[in-house]
Order: sequence, then structure tokens, then C-alpha cells
Amino acid sequence: MPLQSLDITRRSATTTPSPAARQTSEVAKLIDISKCIGCKACQVACAEWNDLHEEIGFNHGAYDNPPDLSANTWTVMRFTEVEETGNDGTRLEWLIRKDGCMHCADPGCLEACPAPGAIVQYSNGIVDFHEENCIGCGSCITGCPFDVPRLSKKDAKAYKCTLCSDRVSAGLEPACIKTCPTGALVFGSKEDMIEHAEGRIADLKERGYQNAGLYDPQGVGGTHVMYVLKHADSPQMYAGLPKDPAISPLVGLWKGALKPIALLGIGFTVLAGFFHYVKVGPNESEDEEQKEREEA
Amino acid sequence: MSRTIPRYSDHERMVHWSVAILFLLAALSGLAFFHPSLFWFSALFGGGSWDRILHPFLGVLMALVFSYTVVHFWRANRMDAEDRKWLEQWRDVVSNREERLPPVGRFNAGQKLVFWITVVCVITLLVTGLIFWRPWFADWYPVALVRLATLLHSFAAFVLIVTIIVHIYSAIWVKGSFRAMLRGDVSERWARKHHASWYREMTR
Repeated sequence: MPLQSLDITRRSATTTPSPAARQTSEVAKLIDISKCIGCKACQVACAEWNDLHEEIGFNHGAYDNPPDLSANTWTVMRFTEVEETGNDGTRLEWLIRKDGCMHCADPGCLEACPAPGAIVQYSNGIVDFHEENCIGCGSCITGCPFDVPRLSKKDAKAYKCTLCSDRVSAGLEPACIKTCPTGALVFGSKEDMIEHAEGRIADLKERGYQNAGLYDPQGVGGTHVMYVLKHADSPQMYAGLPKDPAISPLVGLWKGALKPIALLGIGFTVLAGFFHYVKVGPNESEDEEQKEREEA
Repeated sequence: MSRTIPRYSDHERMVHWSVAILFLLAALSGLAFFHPSLFWFSALFGGGSWDRILHPFLGVLMALVFSYTVVHFWRANRMDAEDRKWLEQWRDVVSNREERLPPVGRFNAGQKLVFWITVVCVITLLVTGLIFWRPWFADWYPVALVRLATLLHSFAAFVLIVTIIVHIYSAIWVKGSFRAMLRGDVSERWARKHHASWYREMTR
């Protein structure tokens, strides 16, 4: 949504600076998984605020509903059952993770996008899709380390969580935060959220979760959606949350080194041809023929 | 004027120029995605979305028409010892010292190289392009494969574009080649000078 237009840090497929007259402080959403009860109020609030309507699906034998993110579902609760063996025997742990865009500081989607201005990053850290510039190629899906963007089958545009950039720009908190009944979701400046998380982690450690920690992966420059995890040592337990996410080196090579090398290579080949013609000249057979005739 | 020798049949020429037109369209529509400075190429195809829609179809069509060229010409493009010698003497080639080179058949080693690089590139572009053709096929494959396919697609496109620039320049450089592909015939002088073995075969 193109609402904040003067505080843009980066635009996709753009080589000149973006409008940056205004500077805002970095924000973050903190998802405290230890407080989440899996009520899905955040999913409903997201659909309600953004006026999105998911098609009625089917029960596939788990609590996840809908089963995956889609062009109409920008956040989804993922439920994982884990058996833990401790001193007091084996017990079941139900891990519930609210999945959606992580709003990376170094966004793979923006890096991969070929359409100028289809993906922007605001100075507050929100990564937003501007669907009016989207060409529907799906490169954002290829670039994302978290498998978040979804291409709509209806209009061939990519969609994902906006971190309610429209609400945030008007000084409101995202819809999911507003609705969370347990305080598992908190929103504020990134600094404050890190501080808040530290308190929560200390509390969890006191309660025996020695591996509790903050998920703010540095491989993507940190994220503007962070998790407090009881098992921060193995985030994969939480429905495959990647341990050390980063923009894939394949994407880096494609969008990094190859672009300038290939452009220079193509330009050099054209110039080499031109200067070869200037220096060596054409390879003619008809001139010599004329010469022969004249000599005869 | 000297007599002429037929070099490319009507079929060969029409297929060549069909591939050439499709290559130009596929390359321009693809380059639009490759670098922001080239995104304006998409305007030639009706804007970004239309460019994204058309590019894969242009590419597949090019590969299909090009397959005729492969079936028709691969035998004439087999490399032999003479060709390796020709390539080793590339300095004589680029300096127009053709008299020092071994006699050339229907195609010289440079043309054969262009042929085989084009074959490899078109196959790579087709296979990798199908893998990340959204919204049709990309969802069938793991994202790591889609990423690899995208990278290889861009790289093969780069190699092919450079190869075709060399191919086009060669036609500008060696006078009479352009006419050969446009009208189908070459002068006896041209044939004797550039393709001596082929000339002997044709005039036997």
C-alpha cells in the first residue's frame, strides 16, 4: 500500500535513491510464543482489517486452518506437536507459531523483484508490496528465505503481510496486535521490543527453559517481526522456522554479481565488434574480384 | 558478374529468420527483467505484466522453431581435426589472413561453435524456464531448484546473447554472408575464399 511515500529506504529494481525526506524509527512486532494460546484471533483480525476472504477449505486433520498462507491469508497459525523427554518422563509440547512476513532488514523478495517499485522498504523497517507495480512473475517467492509471498490465482499479483503499514503510518498498532487476548503479540520500536523480549526470556529461563531466546536472525540483517522462543536453539521445531535464514547464494549471484558482469560483457562484445571493424575492416571477396579483372 | 552458388534453401532461410525474430523478442522481453536499467524494454511488449506473460511463450516458440535447425544442421556442424586447427589459428581468422587457414567445408569452426553454444543455451533456457514459469510449474519444484533454474536461465541467456552478437557481427564483417542468409546465394568468389572445400563439393 503506497501510503507512506516520503520515508522509503529501498525500492525494488531501482538504482537511484528513493524518497527519504522523512525518517521514522524502526518498529518491530514481537511474537511471544510462550504466551500464545493458538486462538487465531490475529488471523481473524488480519482478515477483517484488510478485508480479505479466504475460500472455505477442508479439514485436513490438524488445527492449522487455513492450512497455508495464501493471497488472501497473510498470517496463519502453525501447530506442531513435539514430544519432550525430560527428568519427569516424556511429555507433549504443543508449539504454536504465528507465521507470516518477517519484514527482513535485508529482504530477499525485494532483492529478487524485477519490477521497479513493486516492493519497498520503509525506514521503519516494514517491507511492503505495491501491487499496482507488481508484474506477477513470482521472483519474490524465489527470493524469500521464509516462503511467505503468495501469487494470487485471481489477479496474478503477489501478496503478503503489510505489517499494517496503513495503520502504522497513522500511529496505530497492527490489527493482529490490537486483537491478541494474551499479550503474546506486542508492537513498538525495535529497541523496546528487544528489551521487552529480554525480560520475557529471563522469566522463561527462570522457569526452566534454558534455551529460551530471541529470534531476530542476523543472516537477513535482523527482522522486524521477532519471536520469543522457548527452544531458540532449534527454531526448526516451530513448523520449520529456518535456523540461520539468509538470502540464498544462488539468488545473491543472480541478482548480485551476474547483473553487472553480464551487462558489461554484452556491452564489451558489441564494442569489440565495432572496433574490430574499425581496425581490421571487413573481409571482402568481391573487391578482390574486381582487382583481378582490372589486372587482366 | 560472376556466377552464384545456392547456399541456403528457402526453408533454411525462413526458419533462420523466424528463429532470429523470436530470439530478438525473447531476448528483449527477458532483458527487461534482468536489470533495472533495461526494464523499459517491457514497454515494447505492452508493460511489465504483458512482458511477463509473453516472454515464456516467445521463448518456447523460439525453442520449437529452433529444433528444426538442430535436426537439419547438426551433421554439418560436427567438429573435426581441421576445425581444431582453424580454431587454433584464431589470430589469422580475426586478422583476415584467411589464406593461411585450412580449407573450410560448408561451415567453419567458428560457425560450428556458435551452433553448438546456441544448442546448449536454448536447451538450458527451455528446461530452466519451464521450471520457474509461474503460475504454471514453479510450485511443483522445491524453491532451491527454482533458484538454481533462475540463475542458470539468466546465465544461459547472457551467453546466448553474447554468442548472437558475435554471430551478427560475423555477418557484417564477412561481406556476402548477410546476402547469403537473406537471398540464399553466394558468389563463386565468396565460396572459394571462405568455404573452399564446400565450393569444390558444389562445383564437382
